[in-house]
Amino acid sequence: MSILVDGNTRLLIQGITGREGSFHAERCAAYGTALVAGVTPGKGGELFGGSVPVFNSVRAAVDETGANVALIFVPPPFAADAIMESADAGVPLVVCITEGVPVRDSTFVMRYLEGKGTRLIGPNCPGLISPGSKAKIGIMPGDIHTPGKVGVVSRSGTLTYEAVDQLTKAGIGQSTCVGIGGDPVSGTTFVDVLELFNDDPETEAIVLIGEIGGTKEQQAAAYIKEHVRKPVASLIVGQTAPPGRRMGHAGAVITGEAALASAKVAALQDAGCHIIPTPADIGSTVAAMLAR
Amino acid sequence: MKLHEYQAKELLARYGVPVPEAYVASSAAEAVEAAGRLGGRVVVKAQVHAGGRGKAGGVKVASDAAEAGTIAGSLIGTTLVTAQTGPSGAPVDKVLVEQTVDIERELYFSVITDGGLRRPVIIVSSAGGMEIEEVARETPERVLTEPIDPAVGLQPFQGRRLAEALELPAGAVRPFVALAEACYKAFMDNDASMIEINPLVLTKDGRLLALDAKLTLDDDALFRHADALALRDTGQEDALEVEASEAGIAYVKLDGNVGCMVNGAGLAMATMDIVKSAGAEPANFLDVGGGANEEKISTAILLMLSDPSVERVLVNIFGGILRCDIAARGIVDAYGKADRQPALVVRMLGTNADEGKQVLSDSGLAIELVDTLRDAAEAIAR
Repeated sequence: MSILVDGNTRLLIQGITGREGSFHAERCAAYGTALVAGVTPGKGGELFGGSVPVFNSVRAAVDETGANVALIFVPPPFAADAIMESADAGVPLVVCITEGVPVRDSTFVMRYLEGKGTRLIGPNCPGLISPGSKAKIGIMPGDIHTPGKVGVVSRSGTLTYEAVDQLTKAGIGQSTCVGIGGDPVSGTTFVDVLELFNDDPETEAIVLIGEIGGTKEQQAAAYIKEHVRKPVASLIVGQTAPPGRRMGHAGAVITGEAALASAKVAALQDAGCHIIPTPADIGSTVAAMLAR
Repeated sequence: MKLHEYQAKELLARYGVPVPEAYVASSAAEAVEAAGRLGGRVVVKAQVHAGGRGKAGGVKVASDAAEAGTIAGSLIGTTLVTAQTGPSGAPVDKVLVEQTVDIERELYFSVITDGGLRRPVIIVSSAGGMEIEEVARETPERVLTEPIDPAVGLQPFQGRRLAEALELPAGAVRPFVALAEACYKAFMDNDASMIEINPLVLTKDGRLLALDAKLTLDDDALFRHADALALRDTGQEDALEVEASEAGIAYVKLDGNVGCMVNGAGLAMATMDIVKSAGAEPANFLDVGGGANEEKISTAILLMLSDPSVERVLVNIFGGILRCDIAARGIVDAYGKADRQPALVVRMLGTNADEGKQVLSDSGLAIELVDTLRDAAEAIAR
C-alpha cells in the first residue's frame, strides 16, 4: 500500500516546541500519524499538546518511545547536527524540512551517514505521506490526498500539492508521495524512490516531477530505462528559466546543457516515460496512461 | 553571492594561490598610478559580475601608463554588455590593472560541489581559456574530475594525479599540488559554491598563475561569514532583486510582461511555464515563500508591479502553511497602494481558498478568479 511510512510509523519531531514544529506536529497527529515524541534540547520533561513527551536528546526519545521516523524543523545552522543526532540514535528514516541548510553542511552530513542504517529525505523538502495508512510526515496539506496506487516523487513542495490535487480530482489515488527536496546536495534521490516504488506491490504507476538544475532527472531516466517495469509519467518545470539564475531552490540553476529542462525531458522520453506536456496536464496525462 | 575578480584573487592569494601583481582602480588617475607602479605593458580589466568580458571589450592591453588611464577612463562609469549580462549589461565601477604575463600554456581549474556525488570535486582541463561546458562536450577526454572526501580533505596524491593529467613539467607539479590544496581550503573555509580559475596559466618561466578567478559564495552560509557581506556589490544586481532578497522573497527579473506571484519555487516555475505555453511571456520568477504573511504578500505584489514591463498579473497560490485568505488580503492591500492596477488573474487552491476568493470578490477590484492552471493560462493569454 505504501513505501517508507505506514501504520507502523512512530514519529518523533526535532524542534517540536518551535513555531513551525509545533504547528505541523499538530497537523501530522490530526491526520492520523502516531506522534510519539518531541525533542528540544533544554525542554526535556515537558509535554507537547498535553500528551506527547518532549526529550532533551533523540537517543532518550528513541529509548523511551520506540520512535522510528524523525521529522526535523530546526533552523538552518543546527539542521546538520539534528540529522546526525538522529542517525547516531539509530533512527532509520530522517526527514529534514529545514530550508537554507549550507551545502557544506549537507556534504558533511552525507559523509557521516555512509555506512549507517539511516535514510535521509531532504533537506528543504515537504516530507512524505502515505494516505492509505494515515501517515503524514511533513508539511503538505493532508486533505488533498486520497488513498490509491500511484506513487509520486518530486523535488518540489507546492508543485507536488498541485500534482496530487490534479490526481485526486481525476479520481486517481496515491500510495505514497515523497518530496525529495530542492537542494543541490540531499539524501534520498529519485533513483532511491523509484526503486522502492518499483518493488512495492501496491504501487502500479509512478509520477515523477523534476525541474531544471543538476542531473538528477537524467540519473532517474537511466534507472527507469534499465529497471522500472511500471508506467512512469513525468513533468519537468523551468522551461522558461534563464541560464545561470537561481530559481528559488538552491539546486534550481541552469549551469550547463544537462541542467536544461529540454535535456531532462529528452532523457525521460528516451526512457519510455509518458511526458506531461505542461503543468496543467498532470491529471489528464496520468489518467490516459492508466487507461492504456 | 558573486565576488569580483579582484576580490576573488585577494581571497585566494591569502591562501597562497599565486596571482599576477595587480591594483584596483576606480578612476583613470588611479589606473595611471597603478600602471606606473607595475611598469611596462599592463592589462586593464573591467570588474563586473559576468564572464565574456574579453569579447565585449572589457579587457584591454595598454602599452604604457597613459594608455592604461585612457582605457580605464573609457570603461569606468559605463555599462558593459557581455554574453552573460543580458541586454541591460553590468555597470563598471572599478578596473583591475594587472601586469602582463608571458604565457606558455592555458589550463582550466575549478572547485565545485557535485550534487550527484554529494561531495566537492576539483575539475581540471588542459584546454584553458574556454568555456568548460564546451570543452566537456567537444573533447570530454580533456576534462578530469577528482572527487574529494570531505572527512579528510584533498590528498597530495590526488593533486599529483591532476598535475599528471595536465602534463605539467616536473618543476610545476609541487606548486600545482599546493595551489589545489589552497583552493580546496579556501572553498571549504568560506562556504564557496564555486572557485573557477580560467585560465590558470603556466608562464614561459615555468610558474603557475591564476590569471582570472571567479568565486561564488553559498548564500545559505552567509550567516556565518559576516565579513563576506562587505564584499557584496549590489550595484551588479538588479535593483528589484536586491530589494526582494532583503524582504526574503525569491525574485528573478525576466523579459516578458506577465507578472507572476506564486508560493513555492517549483510551482512558480510551473506557473511561468504555463504562461509561456499560453503564448505569453513571464516578466519574472517570484516565490513568496512558505510562511508568508499578509504584509509579505503585499510587498511582493508591489515589488512586482514596480517593474514597468508588467502589463498583466497572474497570482497562483496553493494554500498549505500559507492560508489563501491571508494571501487575498495581501493582494487587496497591494492593489490599493499601487499607482497602477494591471489586469489581475488569481488562482487559489488549498487552505481557506473559499475565504480567500470571498475577500477578493468583496474588494471591488476587477479580478478574474480561475480554478485550474489551464483556466489561468487561458485567462492570461486573452
